[in-house]
Amino acid sequence: MSGAKENILASIRDALGRGEMSGDQRAELERRVKAHKASQRPARARGKGQAVIERFIAEAEKVACTIAEVEGIADVPSAVASYLRQHNLPGNAVIAPDAWLGDIPWDNESLLNLRAGASNKDDEVAITPAFGAVAETGTLMMASGPNHPTSLNFTPENHLVVLRKSQVAASYEEVWANLRKSGKMPRSVNMITGPSRTGDISMKIYLGAHGPRRLHIVMVDD
Amino acid sequence: MKYMDAPGFKQNIPDALADVNLRESLSQVESGFVARRKAAVENMSEFESLRDRGRELKDHALDNLDFYLELFEKNCTEAGGHVHWASTTSDARNAILDICKNANAKTVTKGKSMVAEEIHLNSFLEANNITPVETDLGEYIIQLAEEPPSHIIAPAMHKTKDQVSDLFLKHHAKLGLNERQTEPEKLIDEARQVLRQKYYDADVGITGANFLIAETGSSIIVTNEGNGDLTQLLGKVHIVITTIEKVMPTLEDVSTVLRLLARSATGQEFSAYTSFSTGPKRPEDLDGPEEFHVVILDNGRSSLLGTDFQEMLRCIKCGACMNHCPVYQSVGGHTYGTVYVGPMGSVLSPALEGISTTRHLPNASTFCGRCESVCPMKIPLPKLLRRWREISFETGQAPMVERYGIQAWAWLAKIPWLYGPATRVAARGLAWAGRDKGRIRKMPLMNGWTNGRDFPAPEGDTFQAQWAKKRGKGAGRLVQ
Repeated sequence: MSGAKENILASIRDALGRGEMSGDQRAELERRVKAHKASQRPARARGKGQAVIERFIAEAEKVACTIAEVEGIADVPSAVASYLRQHNLPGNAVIAPDAWLGDIPWDNESLLNLRAGASNKDDEVAITPAFGAVAETGTLMMASGPNHPTSLNFTPENHLVVLRKSQVAASYEEVWANLRKSGKMPRSVNMITGPSRTGDISMKIYLGAHGPRRLHIVMVDD
Repeated sequence: MKYMDAPGFKQNIPDALADVNLRESLSQVESGFVARRKAAVENMSEFESLRDRGRELKDHALDNLDFYLELFEKNCTEAGGHVHWASTTSDARNAILDICKNANAKTVTKGKSMVAEEIHLNSFLEANNITPVETDLGEYIIQLAEEPPSHIIAPAMHKTKDQVSDLFLKHHAKLGLNERQTEPEKLIDEARQVLRQKYYDADVGITGANFLIAETGSSIIVTNEGNGDLTQLLGKVHIVITTIEKVMPTLEDVSTVLRLLARSATGQEFSAYTSFSTGPKRPEDLDGPEEFHVVILDNGRSSLLGTDFQEMLRCIKCGACMNHCPVYQSVGGHTYGTVYVGPMGSVLSPALEGISTTRHLPNASTFCGRCESVCPMKIPLPKLLRRWREISFETGQAPMVERYGIQAWAWLAKIPWLYGPATRVAARGLAWAGRDKGRIRKMPLMNGWTNGRDFPAPEGDTFQAQWAKKRGKGAGRLVQ
């Protein structure tokens, strides 16, 4: 296949009417990539503080997320349990093996029976952290890693996300900046905006096509 | 298959117009896609300027395509992925087959991919004893129906709910699902139930890519159902089939284009899932595919660079042009007989398949300009359609009547002293021919028009004569 690579690159250069780039031209493009400058950010992707939190909540609810706000991590287990009860869901859930999630006093809720790890096909409920969240479209940003298997985001019908208010950014670009600080690009980054949906029957939108039917966010004031 | 034939475009039209189910489906486009896009765009005051930014970013990526593709390869490889370059559709098919064979694959799940359609991957895999399973609901429906997609993002949009009910009953009865479901939710649940185990059973998951990112070596899919994510997560091997023009430099660059994509496509602010895949499962990961392959196809695209058609390579396959096209809205996607349909298809298909078999497509346009006005990448689709008409004429593809007719008109139009009187005589002749009813039922060489409707008879003098009379002699020169 290396022949194909050379042919394609040569064909591109021919068509663009130039040969291989000079060292200077390459250096210029490398600088552009390193600078990874943001282009125009719309107004809804700017702002700070409470306004951004409120925008996130409004946008996430528009795409059929539900949100419960709690005052601290001690309140998370009861918020999770009450959501499960409200939807007649079992207390058995698979939870991401994440250190911060592990600090939550889950034992305070007798309903909950948590197993840490990746999801298998029988799990009905998954509990995960998020790497971040973006207010402009109510989007959760998930980064894969040993603390967050990707299967938790997609295979169970109910996805519960425990999010810290301080994680909510105005724009996608702010999350990319945080991701760069944290090291190399994770194997999988999932931007999740509401539960799974399809428009493939009669061009009307129905929730719960292949991914989760419900996406519930427990938002912790920190 | 009846439809998969671009030369048959004209013959397909009467069938499409008489297809009651298709009429019902197409009647939803304005109230669905078009209205939702309008609402999303109105909710984003910067949308117009973001279109300019998107165009600039894509132009930059295309002008430096060799650099960004090589950078993508380097970073993808560093993350443990394998990049396969394919000049032709056959190269791409063989690369995929080799990977499948190495994995001893019996079944592959597939996320939605138009490039997979372009290389006719499913029939090729079947011929090699590998079973492809489409997992996008729309793709699954048309796979059961053994039909090609009729829309690039809503492949089964030509099917009514009742047709889906019949298809599911026919194909799922053998799985013990004997009840004909009529509620959309029940149909979706049934597909979910049937497909879920397939993800786990698949040896290989194949997806397309909306974008590649040079900076990180990632491929991106944008979906709503989550099927693409299950496909790329649960197969032992993940293969991405994509094309050279999909590469963008950085995460920031792609963010700008993502702000345009969903709003233009479905009228959502953002699709439910935008997923970035970078290499295979890492040693510390608890899930993910063991192998990650990206097959990058050219298939003639590189030769469009540096030509008028380079602008077409900005296309992000949102489908807005076809949703807003009066021709597409009338005849639907299958009529085109090509993989890519609607205005973007009528520009891209002649480039991929050759103008000789596709010359009807650029002709099937009134140049109303609605496609260009909604294209998030500001591709001048009418201009490019016109360019194909020119090429079709220049290379002698047009039929004799059309060619000689245009040549004769061009000769005459360049002789003003003859053109004026000649067209006046013609106008009077036509007025006389239609003197009784004000219209003409049959005209020689014009049956393409008069078979469908009467030709209105001229009621007065020619435009030039009227113009000259109204504005005085000087104004007449403006139109010469």
